[in-house]
Amino acid sequence: MRKFSKLVVLVFCAVAAGPFLWHLVSSLKDPAEVTQIPPTLLPTRPTVDNYLGLFRQRPFLTYCINSFLIASLSSVLCVVSASLAAYPLARGGGRMRAAVSSALLGLAFFPPIVFLFPVYELVRLLGLINHPWGLIVPYAAMNLPLSIWLLTGYFRQIPIELEEAAQMDGLSSLQTFSTIVLPLAAPALATAAVLAFVFAWNEYMLALTFMNSENARTVTVAVATLSGAFVYQIPWGRIAAGVIVSSLPLIVLAIFFQKKIVAGLTAGSIR
Amino acid sequence: MSNLPMLRKTLWFIPSACLIGAVLIYPALRTFALSFYRTDLGTSFHAQFAGLGNFARLALDSRFASTLATTVLFTATTVSIEFAAGLVLALSADTWVRGRSAVRTILLIPWTLPTAVIAVLWAWIFNDQYGILNSLLMRTGILRSPISWLGNSTAAFWALVIADAWKTTPFVFVVLLAGMQGIPDELYEAMEIDGGGAWHKFRLITWPFLARFVFVALIFRVIQAFSVFDLVYVMTGGGPGGTTETLSVYAYQTMMRYLDFGYAATLATAMVLALALAALALYWLLLRRHEEVL
Repeated sequence: MRKFSKLVVLVFCAVAAGPFLWHLVSSLKDPAEVTQIPPTLLPTRPTVDNYLGLFRQRPFLTYCINSFLIASLSSVLCVVSASLAAYPLARGGGRMRAAVSSALLGLAFFPPIVFLFPVYELVRLLGLINHPWGLIVPYAAMNLPLSIWLLTGYFRQIPIELEEAAQMDGLSSLQTFSTIVLPLAAPALATAAVLAFVFAWNEYMLALTFMNSENARTVTVAVATLSGAFVYQIPWGRIAAGVIVSSLPLIVLAIFFQKKIVAGLTAGSIR
Repeated sequence: MSNLPMLRKTLWFIPSACLIGAVLIYPALRTFALSFYRTDLGTSFHAQFAGLGNFARLALDSRFASTLATTVLFTATTVSIEFAAGLVLALSADTWVRGRSAVRTILLIPWTLPTAVIAVLWAWIFNDQYGILNSLLMRTGILRSPISWLGNSTAAFWALVIADAWKTTPFVFVVLLAGMQGIPDELYEAMEIDGGGAWHKFRLITWPFLARFVFVALIFRVIQAFSVFDLVYVMTGGGPGGTTETLSVYAYQTMMRYLDFGYAATLATAMVLALALAALALYWLLLRRHEEVL
């Protein structure tokens, strides 16, 4: 039984890693080899030309910087606003907390297409089409319901005695919050920030619609527009390189923050 | 904090309230309102009140009926597969992966990748000429001639399901594993003393304890699968011949290509109503019956 369960897990690991490794291998092949039939398992003439082409012939570095800027700033905006709202919720009355939590959850479950057109109108009205803030603000807001929920739950576990002692020492509630509560909540803040970053890096529909000029694109949209499924003479090697480059930051995050991501994903079921 | 005056307490909510109000609540209300108006090229994009006109059009729209069917079928298929795979994986991992973070990281990676990029990744694997899948299937003798995965409507549907299951099984796995780790070992030991086998342990201990985790995993997955956009839009574009088009893709095309904003809002509103019904049904099926356990 134990051996069998090991086998199951190893098979799943192979299935999870296989498609990605296949693209890693393909991205190192030259154009002739990448379309060779039958495909070769390992590159016979390894080359980094596909990566060089990506950055020289297309503004791929610009896409990466756009994505990084948008994901980081929206993550910060989201966590700052969420922690400010979650603290009074955690320390306030149970009835209000329950009402706000269920309203937030309801909002988190709406299909994103519901928000798309009115948000587009607002972003256009503010002249933010093709501007990073046109995505930063919507992404922060779309992440808020789950972040507030996550942080409220965590703040409630922090013993209130510490805050009472701080207030007796004459600290204002904002001081208590920033010097005592926030440092104690660092793990939950990191979880919320990582999840918000991943969401923003991955988002496609708003990025596709709001960023239509070449230099404003995010890397996710850029990779998706490198190809169409039916066109022949597609630069597959370069597409594979694009897949790898756009995934790399997320894989690094998954490796370093695996525990945080898991904690964030499961927080909903524990509370 | 609790003895603060009401006014100063509300200040803390201002950033979140502004963001949520502007990006979520106002747009949701505006979409709902727009679903009762005609706003398209024909009205020069001025909103004309149409009452239930858009909903009447919805009832007769065969493209709506077929995208709804595709979306429901996609949701049911992909969530069942992900759930079964995630459960098997969690049950297997529960016995020996608890502390092994390398294995958990590998299993988690597909979930962290962008769906649009995953669509590109799988589109190449499914490519009929150069794709590795056809090559593998033919070399092992399962296939005689290559399948045009994305050129045939049934194969394209399954290609979407496989790509989606690949991305989201890790989510189900992580949530269910967290649930299993909360079950005290003493319960299993007691069951062993009473002579219960593996099936009894699962049926009488694991499953009832998991009910709440199952509910969370399913509700998140049903909602995300029902709203699927990126995967379909990038991988098949709704094709071949519109056969894999889902509701989100149809609503997006209605909005951004046909510029029919009123009807697109009606489609979005219909999606919210359908999801609300599905959520209620899930709640009733899974949680109400297990309330005594929670």
